[in-house]
Amino acid sequence: MAPWLITAAISVSLLALVPLAFIIWIAVQTGWDTVSALVFRPRVGELLVNTTLLVLLAVPIAIILSVALAWLTERSNLPGARLWAWLCVAPLAIPAFVHSYAWITMVPGLHGLWAGVLVSVIAYFPFLYLPISAALRRLDPALEDAAAALGLGPWRVFWRVVLPQLRLAICGGSLLVGLHLLAEYGLYVFIRFDTFTTAIVDQFQSTFNGPAANMLAGVLVTCCFVLLGLEVLVRGEERYARVGSGAARYQQRANLGRATIPSLLLLLVTTLLALGVPFVTIGRWLAAGGTDVWRFDEIGLALGQTLFLALAGALLATVAAMPMAWISIRAPGPLQRLLEGCNYIVGSLPGVVIALALVTITVRIALPLYQTLFTILVAYALMFLPRALVSLRASIAQAPVELERAASSLGRRPLNALWSTTIRLSAPGAAAGMALVALGIMNELTATQMLAPNGTRTLAMAFWSYSGEIDYASAAPYAFIMVAMSLPLTWLLYVQSKRMAGR
Amino acid sequence: MSFLEISGLKKHYGPVAALAGVDLSVASGSRTAIVGPSGCGKTTLLRLIAGFEAPDQGHIALDGEVLANGGVAVPAHRRGIGVVAQDGALFPHLTISDNIGFGMGRNEDKRAERIVELAYIVGLDKAILKRRPHELSGGQQQRVALARAMAMKPRLMLLDEPFSALDTGLRASMRKAVAELLEAAGITTILVTHDQAEALSFAAQVAVMRDGKFSQVGTPRDLYLKPKDRMIAEFLGDAIILPAKISDGFASSSLGRIAVDTMERRDVARIMLRPEQIALKRTSREGMSGTSDMPFGEVTESEFAGSTCTIAVRLLNNSDPPDAAAIGNTPLILRKSGMDAPAVGEIVRLTVSGKAHVFA
Repeated sequence: MAPWLITAAISVSLLALVPLAFIIWIAVQTGWDTVSALVFRPRVGELLVNTTLLVLLAVPIAIILSVALAWLTERSNLPGARLWAWLCVAPLAIPAFVHSYAWITMVPGLHGLWAGVLVSVIAYFPFLYLPISAALRRLDPALEDAAAALGLGPWRVFWRVVLPQLRLAICGGSLLVGLHLLAEYGLYVFIRFDTFTTAIVDQFQSTFNGPAANMLAGVLVTCCFVLLGLEVLVRGEERYARVGSGAARYQQRANLGRATIPSLLLLLVTTLLALGVPFVTIGRWLAAGGTDVWRFDEIGLALGQTLFLALAGALLATVAAMPMAWISIRAPGPLQRLLEGCNYIVGSLPGVVIALALVTITVRIALPLYQTLFTILVAYALMFLPRALVSLRASIAQAPVELERAASSLGRRPLNALWSTTIRLSAPGAAAGMALVALGIMNELTATQMLAPNGTRTLAMAFWSYSGEIDYASAAPYAFIMVAMSLPLTWLLYVQSKRMAGR
Repeated sequence: MSFLEISGLKKHYGPVAALAGVDLSVASGSRTAIVGPSGCGKTTLLRLIAGFEAPDQGHIALDGEVLANGGVAVPAHRRGIGVVAQDGALFPHLTISDNIGFGMGRNEDKRAERIVELAYIVGLDKAILKRRPHELSGGQQQRVALARAMAMKPRLMLLDEPFSALDTGLRASMRKAVAELLEAAGITTILVTHDQAEALSFAAQVAVMRDGKFSQVGTPRDLYLKPKDRMIAEFLGDAIILPAKISDGFASSSLGRIAVDTMERRDVARIMLRPEQIALKRTSREGMSGTSDMPFGEVTESEFAGSTCTIAVRLLNNSDPPDAAAIGNTPLILRKSGMDAPAVGEIVRLTVSGKAHVFA
């Protein structure tokens, strides 16, 4: 069974490398003179400064906010901690460009760097909050006890024992937030803040797949690699797992005392900004638009198309991730690490780069495939492969290999044994992974716009075209449906992060 | 005079009483062991002494200083009490050297020298100081945890089952080494364990805990030979418990006339013997005749386990003890040396040395 699984995994990884190979191939084909003329110019410098400042400001603020929120909800006796914990994850249900839409219609003058930082932090801090709160829950309280017994007060215990152990979670979350900042398009268009992604889309719309757009994509990919490298450097070779054996004692929650009111205020303000603003805005536009904005034929069509794309893409991504996930658990080794590395690197590429690559390749090599269902589904699978892989791997890891062997020893053929044990047991994890991929596809805008067959109009596309015409009221139903459909999925994310921490 | 003084300590977790009134006094420089089955509240007691939690009621004083009184408690970091946890609780993000030096000031005088010295005292090689906790074996991790706790020169050292994660051979040697080390440093020590042999061999004072209370406190010898009740007796080791009639310092039971540790007179009583008080001597069925008032038995089971051999002996000339019906003729279970143990079917003569203990 192993050979065909490995072949499948290698093919998926090679396919995943196509966009990256494309960038390099284009750069080589264009020639150095043209490349340097296109890359070393003031416009690119300006974009680089914008993007760098955005990352340097938004990520640290998001880290501080998330650590504070995670500590309050996980380790203090804050009233209603469970509810607040969910409210800290819920902003993920709102697509970033809907956040931006909400802010721009509430504060029309909002634009520029600080607006970008504000909306980015609000839209993306849950990506940090989730791993940090999970790590806090997993920390062995015996370490904090030991530090206290050695004479450290509560603050110093936090700085010297708790915070260092959150490093992995903070690194991983920061990387995720940073990559989203690089890849996001809609959010920054609303507040008129230029990043590489917005510039690439602009170029693409004006000159189709000219070299200018491709070279900007090359710089963007380099930025992504810088982030990936930084994360590897900062993360280091640390190991933060519990050293001892046995179950950890239940953690005690710190008594907030007089700090309760300010703490509640912090959570209240965060929730108002991250959930209150979008919900109030959507509600206001829905009220203003009345029944006229609910054009059910149009909405129904968009909903149907979105659901179809989301489910088909999720299925494809999960099937593609299956061999990889199985190998990484059952037969780990250098080959598996290499293949997995390929998948993660491609997963960290912005959708706009993958879309650009697929557009150029289909137009030049396989024109019949240009703007077909096949191409858009492949793009989705490439973009969201890591999401599917992570969930699948976690659930396969929980299905003991002994069961597979037992099934074999009871006379099942290898594939049958795999199907009746591991795949059955990992089905819930696979379903969760599919749901997360579907969530991503549902709220995807850039790649869908560039690759989808003519006549496609997903919820996100419809929302985008209405809000582009400043018809905010007509856009509101689409925003509402996207949020309503995403909310259950963020609940799933929340539950999954709890389960990963063993509760 | 007592160094640590605990009185009326109570702690509830919701409706569950983890501690239901504990009193204990510990002499300066001594070693005390608290032993009990899991869930008896011993770890809670340790956590209250360390200051990780505050008691609901009761009083803890160390060297005359009140540490806890009712709900008011001095926090752990101001107590100067060393703690070695079950699995060491080493900081995984720090090297061994930084773990040991964690409680010292960063610019403290001769910090590096003291770390090396402490590592030496607990028997750690200097070479491992640069390593990380996960690269060490369980025994080494425990030594690091001990060195780390000793670095702050604690007034009192609390050991929370520190040896339970180690394998059997290492456990005994580690226990001995730690006992000698703390004795040499003159540090008062409290050990919490569920292993009765560990408690008896480690400490000068042993407290048996059950359901959040101490059921008996005393020297290891007293506890082993004169337990207050059957449960303590069986918790601390194998026990043979027999019905007997007592008068004039002797008991008459199915094992014949045995000296007891009381002069009172009782018609119905229970006596306890430790199996090692009973010696077996091979004989034959013919050898039984003519010797009255001398117990004989037949070996009904023999289970060889290397150095020891567990033997079941059914008494033959049962002289009807007071409430024999209640007990029946259950065989005595004895653990004997594996060498030359009698085989199944052999007839043995039983002789008792020492005195039997009479339960109140």
